[in-house]
Amino acid sequence: MHIPDGYLGPGTCGFFYLVMLPIWTFASRIVKKTLKARQVPMLAIGAAFSFVIMMFNVPIPGGSTGHAVGAVLVAILLGPWAACIAVTVALVIQALLFGDGGITVLGANCFNMAFIMPFAGYYIYKMISYNAPVTSKRRVIASGVAGYLGLNLAALFTGIEFGLQPLLHHTAGGQALYSPYGLSVAVPAMVVEHLLLFGWVEALVTALVIKYLQKHSPELLEERQVNNEAHF
Amino acid sequence: MKLTSKLWIGIGILIVLSPLGLLLPEYFKAGSAWGEWGADEIQKMVGYIPKGLAKLSGLWQAPLPDYVFKGWEEKGLPSLSFAYIISAATGIVVVILVALIIGKFLSKKGD
Repeated sequence: MHIPDGYLGPGTCGFFYLVMLPIWTFASRIVKKTLKARQVPMLAIGAAFSFVIMMFNVPIPGGSTGHAVGAVLVAILLGPWAACIAVTVALVIQALLFGDGGITVLGANCFNMAFIMPFAGYYIYKMISYNAPVTSKRRVIASGVAGYLGLNLAALFTGIEFGLQPLLHHTAGGQALYSPYGLSVAVPAMVVEHLLLFGWVEALVTALVIKYLQKHSPELLEERQVNNEAHF
Repeated sequence: MKLTSKLWIGIGILIVLSPLGLLLPEYFKAGSAWGEWGADEIQKMVGYIPKGLAKLSGLWQAPLPDYVFKGWEEKGLPSLSFAYIISAATGIVVVILVALIIGKFLSKKGD
């Protein structure tokens, strides 16, 4: 889901930087108000987890590959704003050091994976786990569903961004200037592979970690994560 | 053991296991992720290389492109796996440093 340089036109690239700028600013403000000094290691662990889980490429035999992002898990544990910052850090390092995702498209990649995904996942989790005891099974299921849907929404947005390019930018002869496939190809391609396989990987990873934490550190799952008094 | 220590160990285990993300796609003959093709792949798929894409795609030369050392691309899977682990470890160290610095700036002191 890491869009490389050259796949989105300058307008789209600029648009998503402009969209992300206030989100990053607001995220810093919110986190500044709520993050306690002793929670900083969790922010780093969240960013590191997201970074490394994205390296686990899962194959569709004979087809393409994809991976989990971990953004929903981080959002459940630290809140969506802190998750936005953690995943942004992972995506920036991936782009700069490893060329995984482009520089010009960083705004778009962060919009999909560091904004849409953690926020959608977080609120889906909140809805399904509403009033459920910290150690209940419903929380595990809620986290899995949130991971699944969060990743798929991110994939849907990525597909739309790809698919708009041939409409926005083409030569007089009809050749695409950037990503060559239109919405009718890009959206189904991105969404179907995530619905069928990669979304399940995200669901499994998210739910397993939540299940582990229920056993070993249930205070992490209490409401108002960034404000609670749990000692890590 | 503190929870954070356990989670750091978990991250360490993921770093060691990371070559699975390289070997499994290889084993199942899976190619690039959708929309992350190289220019030559696009040429094959649509018959031309989009002009803007050709111009922008080489914009940034990453020091460890695709989690491999430069010049190692054609080496065997054991070497690539080794490079993948080193890349994961390097990336994690940088991610942690950046996150800690940001966290230090953003967190409330003293609690």
